Amino acid sequence: MPNISATPAPDALRTRLNAVEATVTLCVDEPLRLDSGETLGAVDVAYHTYGRLNADRSNAIVVCHALTGDQFAVLPHPVTGKPGWWANLIGPGKIVDTDKYFIICSNVLGGCMGTTGPKSINPATGQPYMLDFPVITVGDMVRLQMKLLDYLGVDRAFAAIGGSMGGMQVLQMASAYPERLFCALPIATCARYSAQNIAFDEVGRQAIMADPEWCEGKYLLENRVPHKGLAVARMAAHITYLSEAALTRKFGRKLQDKERIGFGFEADFEVESYLRHQGSTFVERFDANSYLYITRAMDYFDMPGEHGGHLSKAFMNTPVRFCLISFTSDWLFPTSDSQAIVRALNAAAASVSFVEVQSDKGHDAFLLDEPELHDTIRGFLDGMARRAGLSFGETR
Amino acid sequence: MATTANHSGTGIRIDLQIIADMIEPNSRVLDVGCGDGELLAYLQESREVDGRGMELSMQGVQKAVARGLAVIQGDADTDLVDYPGDAFDYVILSKTLQATHNPRRVIEQMLRIGRHAIVSFPNFAHWRTRLDLIVKGRMPVNELLPYSWYETPNIHFCTIRDFVDLCREMDVGIKASLSLDAAGEVQKFTADSRWANLFGVDAVFLLGK
Repeated sequence: MPNISATPAPDALRTRLNAVEATVTLCVDEPLRLDSGETLGAVDVAYHTYGRLNADRSNAIVVCHALTGDQFAVLPHPVTGKPGWWANLIGPGKIVDTDKYFIICSNVLGGCMGTTGPKSINPATGQPYMLDFPVITVGDMVRLQMKLLDYLGVDRAFAAIGGSMGGMQVLQMASAYPERLFCALPIATCARYSAQNIAFDEVGRQAIMADPEWCEGKYLLENRVPHKGLAVARMAAHITYLSEAALTRKFGRKLQDKERIGFGFEADFEVESYLRHQGSTFVERFDANSYLYITRAMDYFDMPGEHGGHLSKAFMNTPVRFCLISFTSDWLFPTSDSQAIVRALNAAAASVSFVEVQSDKGHDAFLLDEPELHDTIRGFLDGMARRAGLSFGETR
Repeated sequence: MATTANHSGTGIRIDLQIIADMIEPNSRVLDVGCGDGELLAYLQESREVDGRGMELSMQGVQKAVARGLAVIQGDADTDLVDYPGDAFDYVILSKTLQATHNPRRVIEQMLRIGRHAIVSFPNFAHWRTRLDLIVKGRMPVNELLPYSWYETPNIHFCTIRDFVDLCREMDVGIKASLSLDAAGEVQKFTADSRWANLFGVDAVFLLGK
């Protein structure tokens, strides 16, 4: 994760960013229609905005978070105190410039940071939904985000940007709501979730469900938390976010605070200690049932499948301009996934740019200070802003 | 790759200006090996084309993307197959043919996805190149062909006459052919012109199906 030295005090940062932290209740009169066929009424959406919406409401950028992200893209996380997950990218004078753009980042449907999810109270029972929460999809997440744009008075966002599951949301948004988006930046993502990725998700879910503290999903009622299962899920997943080169460079076979191997099962190696730490800090900020639901939503993500096997049909004659970015060492969402999207967009006669960034940091590279990533995002947004004739002067 | 530093009155390289002059306004254009997008940017501004680019180097792609152009990282030899047929009015290959692995297949692909193909390349039969080879007995290295044989990206050199022969073999129509001499003068030539083959530094061909 990015380290930001000399991070200003949260209050000063809030002011500098023109940050608004809010939760709004949407879908009160008309419940949210879900892909499963079920509906969800009165849905809370926790969101942050940074910067100011301009007079003609044309400078909004929707930032979509990944599986374990949340609306704290810039502001420090309330539980961990760490800088926001994209604080290196978004801010005044930064790549995604809050002096120019109005940034909207909301917690996804099914999340656990304020948007309605399995730990929210089910109005029908007065208890948390837990496993009564309906299974959701990436399409459902995006449908809810559109309701938030309606609420904020943004008919058409200038851009949507996101990595990993955030990138899936960007693609879904561009496909389902092409009129609501000028340009799209899906990063380190795919249009069809792979068998390997479903397999990793299943390992995570089984780890959670194998923890007796999970209590068949009802741990909230029992005042228990499946710490161990969720930590193992996180540890396994975390490996997939890195690369062999990154692990070797960072840890190699270095031992943790000892001179020689211990002939036991304590954390001999630094890499073990690191993963245990990743697991244990994760459980403090994430809900185990949310993890089940959101990984399931990714498993179900299959844009070509929803368009008769032809991804190009998802984007036929789209006015949205795309810039795809992948990383050479990302084996979770490899470059071939992005290339498949580029091919489909070309077949759909869409305007598409594509860059494969050289990096040995694996999938996580999209969160890191990769100069080529940042140069590409900056260049694309600047070029698109000129194309869209965006004015950054007057604000509302 | 060979370069001529000459620039036209509009500020772009003369060889690019020649290509630009072949393109109808408002057409759909794919520039294969578009570099930093100089030609595409010019075409969008002056001809209002719907332009797309493909470029191998990431630096080139980034600069082009920063210009607001739609450019993907890709390889002429392998990635043209991904485009649907007749997607473009013009597919341009500017001073890149000699660096491809399979020039014939690249030209085939260009004419599959475009109504026209525009191909420019350095002419290996230019008198300076011939003289270098005859007098020195070595592969020519000069300002027109600046690389030594062991490090050149140019793996498939041809002469103007070679290219004309290939077009005939492929049954591809030559709609226009221009050459650029060392002084930057542009000459129209007919396919069998020995003059162009001797004095042309670069050649530009407009091909049709």
